[in-house]
Amino acid sequence: MDLLNALVTLLNFVIIPATAYGAQLALGALGVTLIYGILRFSNFAHGDTMAFGTMVVILCTWALQGAGITLGPLPTALLALPIGIAVTGLLVVGTDKMVYRFYRRQKAKPVIYVIASLGVMFILNGIVRFIIGVDDQRFADGERFIISAGTFRDMTGLEEGLAFRTSQGLTIVVALIAMALLFWFLNRTRTGKSMRAFSDNEDLALLSGINPERVVMITWLIVAALATTAGVLYGLDKSFKPFTYFQLLLPIFASAIVGGLGNPVGAILGGFLIAFSEVGVTYAFRKVVAYILPESMEPSGLLQLLSTDYKFAVSFGILLIVLLFKPTGIMKGKSV
Amino acid sequence: MSDNPYQNDRGNKDWSIAKQGGGTLTASPGTGHAMNTRDAFLIGDSMTGGYGGGPDILHECTIAVNPGEITVIVGPNGAGKSTAMKAVFGMLNVRQGSVRLDGEDITDLSPQDRVGCGMGFVPQTNNIFTSMTVEENLEMGAFIRRDDIRGTMEQVYELFPILKDKRRQPAGELSGGQRQQVAVGRALMTQPKVLMLDEPTAGVSPIVMDELFDRIIEVSRTGIPILMVEQNARQALAIADRGYVLVQGRNAHTGTGKELLADPEVRRSFLGG
Repeated sequence: MDLLNALVTLLNFVIIPATAYGAQLALGALGVTLIYGILRFSNFAHGDTMAFGTMVVILCTWALQGAGITLGPLPTALLALPIGIAVTGLLVVGTDKMVYRFYRRQKAKPVIYVIASLGVMFILNGIVRFIIGVDDQRFADGERFIISAGTFRDMTGLEEGLAFRTSQGLTIVVALIAMALLFWFLNRTRTGKSMRAFSDNEDLALLSGINPERVVMITWLIVAALATTAGVLYGLDKSFKPFTYFQLLLPIFASAIVGGLGNPVGAILGGFLIAFSEVGVTYAFRKVVAYILPESMEPSGLLQLLSTDYKFAVSFGILLIVLLFKPTGIMKGKSV
Repeated sequence: MSDNPYQNDRGNKDWSIAKQGGGTLTASPGTGHAMNTRDAFLIGDSMTGGYGGGPDILHECTIAVNPGEITVIVGPNGAGKSTAMKAVFGMLNVRQGSVRLDGEDITDLSPQDRVGCGMGFVPQTNNIFTSMTVEENLEMGAFIRRDDIRGTMEQVYELFPILKDKRRQPAGELSGGQRQQVAVGRALMTQPKVLMLDEPTAGVSPIVMDELFDRIIEVSRTGIPILMVEQNARQALAIADRGYVLVQGRNAHTGTGKELLADPEVRRSFLGG
């Protein structure tokens, strides 16, 4: 019985939250990795693209709620998501036309794009804060739990409760669908293959008649969809605050780099690796251990490696270790 | 390389933020001074030009290919062989001359548009998509085609049977000779009117080289004219219907492969006796 309770506690506080968080990071990292693979630079504006998309979705959600339209047990934000993706798509394609296309014409080195994306980041950051403000926004509605702790206790008779929130379930399902769609697109469709070809060998892609401007535009649209989805799922799971989204840049980059930049499978692996490390290192394991060990050996401390305030140190630490010892990442990145 | 500050390489070596190996292709269509000295199926007529704003590398250089022929460009190192090929493909700043394909003036077209017109080009290096499977490489070769490509793919597999066995393998995992077959196969997928090969046997063993030459003859038998730059002059001239010996960007000797091989001056100065 004690082992079961330990397992439930672990599930409740580590595995389920980390899986949801990992799925959100993976979606974010996929966007970063696609831009790196095809446009050849690390897009520092990605966190704020996520914030912008989420902001649009929040505004639409409020409008829908005001009009009395909801999705029943599911969050209304899901209904607003396509609009958010479309608006964000317009934004990133517009940014590309206004900013990055100039550098493409100049055949600028990737590092120039990186610095330009830093500028885009600051501007997006300002726009989002100007429109929606710097405060926390909650926009989740509908049913809060798939299984609440109380129901679970009644059902199983266990001492520990297991809460599975709608936002967590939704995150996992939506992320799986998004990833499946992305991989199908990249590996099965003509356009997807042309994107991989362009990422692999730009000159040869040109010689094969692949239009770079089209590839770049489709990449931006996919990235907009991924970023908005990731942002909305994160916002539903936790809450929306522009500064938090800016900070998400670190774990997202860590995920993409750990997995191998430019490699979509790596981005997903990296996302989960970072999420599990972050949650695992900052969780106090006292309760779990107390269930497993006999009473006499019950630990006196919290068994927490780092305080949750330091969770970014975890991604940063992993990032450093990977860059020092295996800079190409787990999946050996470089090309999509 | 250039004065463009955007192309300054400083700080660009950090692979975690900047992906290396971007496009190097510079299209420079148009010459401003058309030339028409004679007719051929594909002809780069009296081309004079160099890279960017640099000095001229080619001087009044003419390269012509006719249907059913294998044409080989040979010459000492730095003679401008590959440069001549690039000029025909619109990747060199040519200040004088014309390029005509099948009677049509294509001087003002970009390299991509020339592909659309029916020119297949196999670069010397980086000529396959290493991370994609052999089959995907061929599919990408046929990217501009909207019709059914399966027939052409079968033909390519017939020419290069080894590719059919390896079609699900990433092309980057193949040997040097097999990679070259993928590269040629990719270019054939557009059903080009003319095939241009830039040193197809560079860096492969002599045995593989002989096999590649056999394959190239087979491709030529299907009726596609072939323009080829070669380092291995003796073997290349042996299979050539027409050969051009370039020296310092100029046409030094022209003739059939046999004539050139027999020409005492070519032998002495260039083939090593």
